Amino acid sequence: MSIEAAPTDATATTGPLPVEGMPGRGPDAILEVHGLTRHFAVTKGAILRRRVGTVRAVDGVTFAVQRGQTFGLVGESGCGKSTTARLILKLLRATSGEVMFEGRDVLPLDKGATRAMRADMQIVFQDPYASLNPRMTVRQIIAEPLVIRGVRRDDARAKVLELLQLCGLAKEHGDRYPHEFSGGQRQRVGVARALALDPKLVILDEPVSALDVSIQAQIVNLLEDLQDRLGLTYVFIAHDLSVVRHISDKIAVMYLGHVVEVADRDDLYEHPRHPYTVALLSAVPIPDPRKERARERIILQGDPPSPVNPPPACRFHTRCWKAQEICRNVPPPLAEQEPGHWVACHFPEERSVL
Amino acid sequence: MTEPEPLLSVRDLRTHFHTDAGVVKAVDGVSFDVMPGEVFGIVGESGSGKSITAMSILGLVPMPPGRIESGEILWKGTDLLSATDADLRRIRGKEISMIFQDPMTSLNPVYTIGQQIAEIVRVHNDVSKQEARDRAIEMLELVGIPRPEQRANDYPHQFSGGMRQRAMIAMAIACDPDLLIADEPTTALDVTIQAQILEVLQHASEETNSSIILITHDLGVVAGMADRVAVMYAGQIVETGAIDEIFYEPRMPYTWGLLESIPRLDQRRGGRRLQPISGSPPSMLRPPSGCRFHPRCPYSDGDRCVSDEPSLIELRFDRQARCHYALQPGWYSPGERLAVAEVEWDVLIVAATDRSAAPDVDLPDDLAAREQVPETLADALTASQKPGRRRSRKS
Repeated sequence: MSIEAAPTDATATTGPLPVEGMPGRGPDAILEVHGLTRHFAVTKGAILRRRVGTVRAVDGVTFAVQRGQTFGLVGESGCGKSTTARLILKLLRATSGEVMFEGRDVLPLDKGATRAMRADMQIVFQDPYASLNPRMTVRQIIAEPLVIRGVRRDDARAKVLELLQLCGLAKEHGDRYPHEFSGGQRQRVGVARALALDPKLVILDEPVSALDVSIQAQIVNLLEDLQDRLGLTYVFIAHDLSVVRHISDKIAVMYLGHVVEVADRDDLYEHPRHPYTVALLSAVPIPDPRKERARERIILQGDPPSPVNPPPACRFHTRCWKAQEICRNVPPPLAEQEPGHWVACHFPEERSVL
Repeated sequence: MTEPEPLLSVRDLRTHFHTDAGVVKAVDGVSFDVMPGEVFGIVGESGSGKSITAMSILGLVPMPPGRIESGEILWKGTDLLSATDADLRRIRGKEISMIFQDPMTSLNPVYTIGQQIAEIVRVHNDVSKQEARDRAIEMLELVGIPRPEQRANDYPHQFSGGMRQRAMIAMAIACDPDLLIADEPTTALDVTIQAQILEVLQHASEETNSSIILITHDLGVVAGMADRVAVMYAGQIVETGAIDEIFYEPRMPYTWGLLESIPRLDQRRGGRRLQPISGSPPSMLRPPSGCRFHPRCPYSDGDRCVSDEPSLIELRFDRQARCHYALQPGWYSPGERLAVAEVEWDVLIVAATDRSAAPDVDLPDDLAAREQVPETLADALTASQKPGRRRSRKS
């Protein structure tokens, strides 16, 4: 079996959720994602390829990110959050949808224009060990985007020093190789490289997941400082709901390629309405023994279904304790049920589980 | 009243690795007891020695380069370190079994799940093939695998991550062990699956009446599971106690640092920033002098902390902390200090609002000038700013 890009999809039994309005909308959107979709075809056979299924990794994702804010994207593995990040940056080609960056759709842009746009949108990856070239010094790694842009050597040198300092690294760290650094320091290098071209938007894809807790806090604080100093906008992708609550202004919860709930940070954690969000929050252990003993935990049955031919209509209905006939037949629209709070559920119910 | 005998007693365990670069003191003088029926948590960051401690118990440390330099591991009174290989084989899997982080690498890909569980049953018990298979299916059912008769014929790759971890637990409890060692059993799993597995683990230990050593870096997981906890740092235990003591009355600044550095799911951040522990964990090739935490400790005195290695100080029965100042009065964690301050503020608010309700409480003269005076107190103070209303301190 092999997986390749699927330009069209004729065998749809399940589709994107309709969206009413623009989740996360606000007065100054820097990024608006409309109906972003990416399907992968699952094929069989080496010579005569047959299409046997479709991975609906991202299916009609719609949200807006406000300038200077942090937009959190949470969900479990396979929910499509990282694919969404790559689609926004055009590291993957979208099947359909729009990505409006500062009012301009970036998806149809040609190569040259895409390259110009990339200076404004950068990404920091989870594993700084895998994303930093082991044969380059830190100085070379951070300077590479500048060199590609044709920045003069002296200017690039000065910029690298500035970035090292900005990210809490010493000047002499520039001459070392990635393996000489601890995980936290390597992530600082990854952040410095992302900032080399003075981007406006930085997508942080699980930037602290690989780090020990005591180091995580250092990197989270660094990211917040940089945001304050440079006026950056972040899209923060993570599966750790505690970190996401701390750093984000608005948060979208994803399940199997759909956005199921979008709200302001405290609203989402204190008044979740989608059953999946409720279950997700209740599953996270809280480092407080007395609270843990008193807490009710909603244990979902089974595993998330495969994103290859996912369940029709509401994709969560196979594990949902509130599922009715309508959930299997009619996709619930992602609708604004309270000001600023979007939920895609036929039977939303506020339930506090913290 | 007699104290119950510990099931497992680890005494001054030292497991070192002899590498080209030098001796890595991965576990350096670790002692703890596990009582029957309890969940004993070992918490620490990567490289703290928690996994090597577990591997030492079962004799799974690769030697060389590893070497257990000294110590005793008493299992129901017999020392596992001097036990013969045959004795160890009899205990491993039967009396003590282990659940690893990554079930894909610890399950054999060329045998079915059912065969692998049945094999353990057959090795340790005199039963027929059919009986062993029945037992395997029974165990799969116990850990919540649907249609166990059919799933027993599946190979590990046909199971999802959560299902594989369930199968690992089924295998671990198949011989009704007295102790389960679970090394980061849920770290590789999504959070909704983690909740399932922790429930299964708890259920399994209740069914078999076994103790658990739960090794994790996740303070939330221990908070929900453990009865007692040991915190490890740089190859040593730095604090032990009952679960509530560790979370609400920690006495070692590393524990404080851990608790302060994690963002909380259940709390609004307000304007707060995270409080990271500065620096990074030390190299175990050359651990720092004195207290191993002193280079990162904001409370280090720069003197004794640097030169003298603190011992694990007994605070009370079954409660220890590795800090020179652990017994000093007022050696409170930031969280406790905050709580104490809040109580004090509450008392002062009452005193400032209504003198008759709290005639014995003094209002310090500098109160209004202090930083971080709560709003309600500030309001009360301005309302009560009349001369002659304050009383002198009596004590």
